[in-house]
Amino acid sequence: MSTDTHAAGAHDHHHGDGHAHGTFSSYMLGFVLSVVLTAIPFWLVMSGTLPSKQVTALVIMAFAVVQIVVHMIYFLHMNTTSENGWSMMALIFTIVMVVIALSGSLWVMSHLNSNMMPIHQMTGMK
Amino acid sequence: MTIAVNPTQTGEPVFYLADEHPHPEGWSTSLGFWIYLMSDCLIFAILFATFGVLGGNYAAGPAPKDLFDLNLVAVNTSMLLLSSITYGFAMLTMQQNKIAQTQMWLAITGLFGAAFIGIELTEFAHMIHEGATPQRSAFLSAFFTLVGTHGLHVSCGLIWLVTLMVQVQKFGLIEANRRRLMCLSMFWHFLDVVWIGVFTFVYLLGVLR
Repeated sequence: MSTDTHAAGAHDHHHGDGHAHGTFSSYMLGFVLSVVLTAIPFWLVMSGTLPSKQVTALVIMAFAVVQIVVHMIYFLHMNTTSENGWSMMALIFTIVMVVIALSGSLWVMSHLNSNMMPIHQMTGMK
Repeated sequence: MTIAVNPTQTGEPVFYLADEHPHPEGWSTSLGFWIYLMSDCLIFAILFATFGVLGGNYAAGPAPKDLFDLNLVAVNTSMLLLSSITYGFAMLTMQQNKIAQTQMWLAITGLFGAAFIGIELTEFAHMIHEGATPQRSAFLSAFFTLVGTHGLHVSCGLIWLVTLMVQVQKFGLIEANRRRLMCLSMFWHFLDVVWIGVFTFVYLLGVLR
């Protein structure tokens, strides 16, 4: 990092919004981890190694969650101190909203689907 | 500091801040851009929810197993992953003030991004040619909306990338350009995070179904 960016950065630190930068090794570590975390789910699905489809589905979803966390830390440089913690607050709020929207939609719509009257019964009703 | 009310002189309490101290230009940009990304995340969450609800409604049309070529998806995923790490290298060389190397890594990132879009468009064209159009079933409508929105984001990122390369060429790595490159970095890595969801929930789980 050159001196002039440091001088500019010093003012940022005054406001407490020290934006985290990665280093070569942190980017490489993130990259290697995400390659591994991408390759394993693809291999599991393409080779069908695991006996049951439910187990495979759960395992690849777990890999996706881990890989998202890896990307957040190593590529997006998320931490609890950047922007005085406001970016973490925004992220947590978004995660809560996403979980409510996703689980709520899937839950309500699957119940709606299974409680729907079959077509042959509906034709008798006038 | 224009208001000259002094509580010690008048004895009255002051319930407002006279003036904030000045901030340098763009000091709040990264937080604002992060909040934009979070709102974008909500758009994708709703599209994922739509796909989750409608993803099994094939209307006697083609299912994911008939349509998706996982080898192609794996190549596509690696294009986006490689573009992420090359953008990381661009940010690292930017911090070292190496304009030529920054431009080179940005160009490589752009090429990987363009390859991603090219492969995705080829896949879409192949599907539409086989009759798997967005009008065919609810599953295909939801699929094209979700994956197409992601592709549109990557395309906008490519336009932004080229714009910034021209900016850096004309004005160098000035403070404003560093800030813009940092925002695009967040945007680009965010799209990679969304793609993790796409290849897991749309492609891999679709083929498993």
